[in-house]
Amino acid sequence: MAEEKLKKPEEMFEVSLTPGTGDWMEPSAGFRKGTYCYGAPLKHQKYLDLPNQREWQPSNEDWKLPPDWKETILEGMERLIKRHRSFRLFLDICVRCGACADKCHFFIGSGDPKNMPVLRAELLRSVYRRYFTPEGRLFGKYAGARDLTEDVLKEWFYYFFQCTECRRCSVYCPYGIDTCEITMMGRELLNLVGCNIQWVVEPASNCFRTGNHLGVPPHAFQETLGFALDELKDLTGIAIEAPINRKGAEILFVAPSADYFANPHWFTFLGYLMLFHEIGLDYTWSTYASEGGNFGLFHSMELAKRLNAKIYAEAKRLKVKWVLGGECGHMWRTLHQYMDTFNGPADFLEEPRSPVTGTRFENAQSTKMVHITEFTADLLYHNKLRLDKSRNDQWKITFHDSCNPARGMGLLEEPRYIIRQTCNHFYEMPENTIRERTFCCGSGAGLGADENIEMRLRGGLPRANAVKYVKERHGVNMLACICAIDKAALPPLLEYWVPDVGVCGVHELLGNALVMEGERERTTNLRGEPLAAGDGEGDVR
Amino acid sequence: MCYNGRTVDIKDVLTRKRGTILKRWFDLILETYPADVAIFLRNEQDRFTNPVGHVLTEGTALLYDGLIHDVDPEKILSALDGIIRIRAVQDSLPSQAVGFIFLLKKAVREELEKAFTGDALLTTLSQLESRIEMMSLLAFDVYTRCREEVYNIRSGEIRMERDMAMRLLKAMKQQDKE
Repeated sequence: MAEEKLKKPEEMFEVSLTPGTGDWMEPSAGFRKGTYCYGAPLKHQKYLDLPNQREWQPSNEDWKLPPDWKETILEGMERLIKRHRSFRLFLDICVRCGACADKCHFFIGSGDPKNMPVLRAELLRSVYRRYFTPEGRLFGKYAGARDLTEDVLKEWFYYFFQCTECRRCSVYCPYGIDTCEITMMGRELLNLVGCNIQWVVEPASNCFRTGNHLGVPPHAFQETLGFALDELKDLTGIAIEAPINRKGAEILFVAPSADYFANPHWFTFLGYLMLFHEIGLDYTWSTYASEGGNFGLFHSMELAKRLNAKIYAEAKRLKVKWVLGGECGHMWRTLHQYMDTFNGPADFLEEPRSPVTGTRFENAQSTKMVHITEFTADLLYHNKLRLDKSRNDQWKITFHDSCNPARGMGLLEEPRYIIRQTCNHFYEMPENTIRERTFCCGSGAGLGADENIEMRLRGGLPRANAVKYVKERHGVNMLACICAIDKAALPPLLEYWVPDVGVCGVHELLGNALVMEGERERTTNLRGEPLAAGDGEGDVR
Repeated sequence: MCYNGRTVDIKDVLTRKRGTILKRWFDLILETYPADVAIFLRNEQDRFTNPVGHVLTEGTALLYDGLIHDVDPEKILSALDGIIRIRAVQDSLPSQAVGFIFLLKKAVREELEKAFTGDALLTTLSQLESRIEMMSLLAFDVYTRCREEVYNIRSGEIRMERDMAMRLLKAMKQQDKE
């Protein structure tokens, strides 16, 4: 399991083109550079008070596990089985029909059989059988059971951090098994003995310390917001205000921190600010709840809950009526599926109602939190915004359904509605690669680390393949999405697989097209790129 | 080329045997994948569910045609790029990533041995095989380019992270001044 070593001269002539024929029950995990994420740094383990704190790397032979690691894992498994009925059910009912086998982007891109969701789950299920079922105890490997060994643990780590928890496989499972949850449980178990990755633990620790994953402290948040407002004044001639920590505002707006600090997220951020100004929204940003994303979700339910608590706490402190959320992926899985039971009920908030159109968002009457594309689509539906679609004419757009909004909350039509209202050229990718069958970017669930680039490129192949198809067929040159991780992960991915296709957010498109009251004539888009000839004269509605 | 008193054109043989040789080459390539994966790559026909199988099918056909006819070199490079771009990021050694080209030799030999014997076979094979070897040299270029792209992308990500850290620092310092 150590790093690969240089071959001896006589070995170099042994070129084998055929793969090994090992039994899947033999644990295997080749920690080759480029295909795994670094271990969590000690200082962030300490900050979050995680178990078995030490410096370590997955490529080390010795993982410095605690002496009683095996008992810890098995006790943890017993606890999780009792706590999550779904977990026990998923472990028991799989008949290995293989419907999920070829649905995982990592399997399709890597050609590694252990990335078939059924087999990835079997890595954990085999240990469950061995210690928690009579047939496994009695018949061992003949009943598909395996002893828990250090090699098995390393294999868990290798493959559970090759799953982006995108849930595409679950769409195809006739029994409704959600392999994502098995990965989540697998990671929870690994956490018990201190095995998690830098790209999960560090953002979570940052978030706990400063309120957001990027570690932006309040005064830097204020400064960056100021930069954005200056940029918008240059672009539109309008002095926009963006309140921070304002008590008594009607709405608290929470976005992923990447929106106000990363590229190309920044242009989506500008789009939000323009929209809120144009409709005169009574809202506020928060420097405490300055992160909608939740990397705790990729660690454990406990950590997800700890990080999520800020949103309701801040909503209560600021005495807002409801909460609006920005373009993000797993943020919405947390908010839609867990926040209510993690930290609710939010009985101090009101059922969200658009102050512009009067629409009641009944779907959010429990969580009191609305997705910005629902909010904006409603504004457009009621003709509350003036738009010049031609300002997006330089782009032929396709839309990538981000896994969590699509499969985790069924948000399929709203972003498309906004794109159709703001762009003249929109082309869908093939049906079996979009909507609830969308392919993951390959970098979600904390796997977007630069050291993991080869694995990410493998995982991103199916998505990029569909983008390539619409590029060749329709000349698509821009991919829109509503997830901060997508916006970070897809540009390098497309650079490798489909060069010359950019990535943008849906509210960047809206910001470009939005005709604001009192604005000066626009000569560039939000990126500062000159508008295509003839722009500015398009039909305004 | 003369065989058993008949004049046989190598291009004709390769054209007539196109389907058989291509299938054999494809099968040999699939043997470089684990058995379960090979079944999937062979049987799944949807190009979006099975992009690797699709690229292999289309790419090998183009390369094979390039072997027989004068095909635009750009097309050959594009077909090589399609296949090798995938293998360059899969769990393959460089030799394995480009080794699929040499499997074409095996597939061609098996068929030509049925059509030619003796010197005729040797001459034919040497002509063909030198073209396959040229193709493998191009494949090595493509592989290297793909790997360079991977490293460039990674270093670009590291640069972006550094730029973000610098911007954060700048924003914090600016506020301190104010």
